[in-house]
Amino acid sequence: MRYEGERSRRRGHPDEATDRLARGLGWFSIGLGLFELAAARSLTRNLGLDGQEDLVRAYGVREIGTGIGLLAAEDPAPWVWGRVAGDVLDLATLATGLHGRNRRLDNLTIAMAAVAGVTALDVVCAETLRRETRRPLRPLADYRGRTGYPKGIRASHGAARDLDVPRAFRTPDALRPYAA
Amino acid sequence: MRALVWHGTQDIRCDTVPDPEIEHERDAIIKVTACAICGSDLHLYDHFMPGMKNGDIMGHETMGEVVEVGKGVNGALRKGERVVIPFTIICGECDQCKRGFFSVCERSNRNKHVASKAFGHTTAGLFGYTHLTGGYAGGQAEYLRVPFADKTHIKVPDSLTDEQVLFLSDILPTGWQAVVQCDIEPTDTVAIWGAGPVGQMAVRSAVLLGAKQVVCIDRVPERLDMARAGGAITIDFSQESVISRLNELTGGKGPEKCIDSVGMEAHATATIDSMYDRAKQAMMLETDRPHVLREMIYVCRPAGTISIPGVYGGLLDKIPFGALMNKGLTVRTGQTHVNRWTDDLVRRIDEGQLDPSFVITHRVGLEDGPEMYRTFRDKKDGCIKVVIRP
Repeated sequence: MRYEGERSRRRGHPDEATDRLARGLGWFSIGLGLFELAAARSLTRNLGLDGQEDLVRAYGVREIGTGIGLLAAEDPAPWVWGRVAGDVLDLATLATGLHGRNRRLDNLTIAMAAVAGVTALDVVCAETLRRETRRPLRPLADYRGRTGYPKGIRASHGAARDLDVPRAFRTPDALRPYAA
Repeated sequence: MRALVWHGTQDIRCDTVPDPEIEHERDAIIKVTACAICGSDLHLYDHFMPGMKNGDIMGHETMGEVVEVGKGVNGALRKGERVVIPFTIICGECDQCKRGFFSVCERSNRNKHVASKAFGHTTAGLFGYTHLTGGYAGGQAEYLRVPFADKTHIKVPDSLTDEQVLFLSDILPTGWQAVVQCDIEPTDTVAIWGAGPVGQMAVRSAVLLGAKQVVCIDRVPERLDMARAGGAITIDFSQESVISRLNELTGGKGPEKCIDSVGMEAHATATIDSMYDRAKQAMMLETDRPHVLREMIYVCRPAGTISIPGVYGGLLDKIPFGALMNKGLTVRTGQTHVNRWTDDLVRRIDEGQLDPSFVITHRVGLEDGPEMYRTFRDKKDGCIKVVIRP
């Protein structure tokens, strides 16, 4: 989890939304990795990348590792950057199939567009986390002096012990300390 | 007049609406001098509470000056008097009112058949809080009609400012009752989940009532600062384990008294039960996210007390009732019986034991109300409590 930075109107607050996005990308990584491992042959055939099965399986292992890192790490930021790097590798590998002899060019184009979309999401997530801090900054407002006790806390501590607690609100007799 | 009007999920606008009129002889009309946005208003803003209709006027923390009274008010209120309006509407005559259980008044909810279907029996009418509780217009407006006005008011001395007494309408007696019903002993550790306005009032109430140790749990840094200023030890649940820390602070035995001032929209982080709640809520299989309730039951000392001022709306899942039963916990809850506590609290404010205005962080006009709902909901700009001057 990272905390909102200097320029945020919620400075010092945990940024749960981006953290959720990062963890969500972790689950996505694991899912994609398992798919790449299990269906490498059909994937390469449908993308016109025959012969690259082992590479796709290796990328699957990479995705699973990144996913586990994202889910397990206290600070997801380095792992999201890891995903961005992986996205670049994926795009570069897909780009090798961009030639006239590829009869699955349509599929390949769709796959590249999808990877580009996920890359954009990864970059947004990584950039947001980069601007944030690992430890909370002091909040915008300083309420450390707002005690609520005009005469000070010492004077107020126990000042209401004179309250006659109504019977209906007292601890039941059966739960009061028992003395034989 | 102008008023903050509910139009749908996260859609509140400052509209011009007809002025309220005397509809019943026990009514009075109040010219609102100050009102506030309550944490429980956010349940309506986000539409977690069912029963709102397009055009409903928001608000149940209101005070002002009496400008008109019905014939049946019989001198209990006079024009020009300065009053705080409790959020619960009370008849003062039914069995429950006579016993001081004002929040379950048997007569003030004009939609009691709806409440009876939902809860088994009716509860009191509330200002600006769904048609389940009567569908009464709320007080985030220039004027407010007060039903049963001869009983539904708190007179306040001129020596105290609006900001000192406004919170007698809800959050101060709510935090107070939450602690009083724990029946504090001088040896008690009181753990309070939520450092919002009710949690802040509960911290001060626990200190006033003489608890040995007060602990407040939240993750919003400025709210934790404010709780510490009030004398609490704080736990940031985004940084450390609530259960481990509470056990550490109590010699491994757990706090004797636990207070849930969070309610149905708990923002837990990566706990399995909170992920489960979110998934079920997304599928409309659960109305509330009771993470705090589960945690309290787990960590509370056996034979201890759990007090729940936080608002819950419907059906809660995976409550560890086995732990509750086997540990012999006492559960105290309910909407606040405001008028039961307010005379005593006015005296304590007047004597300088407490000044509730410490919690105010934002002061705006009615036209800025819609924007302040967003700011308050998103906890931006250090927002803890918004006071509106119509």
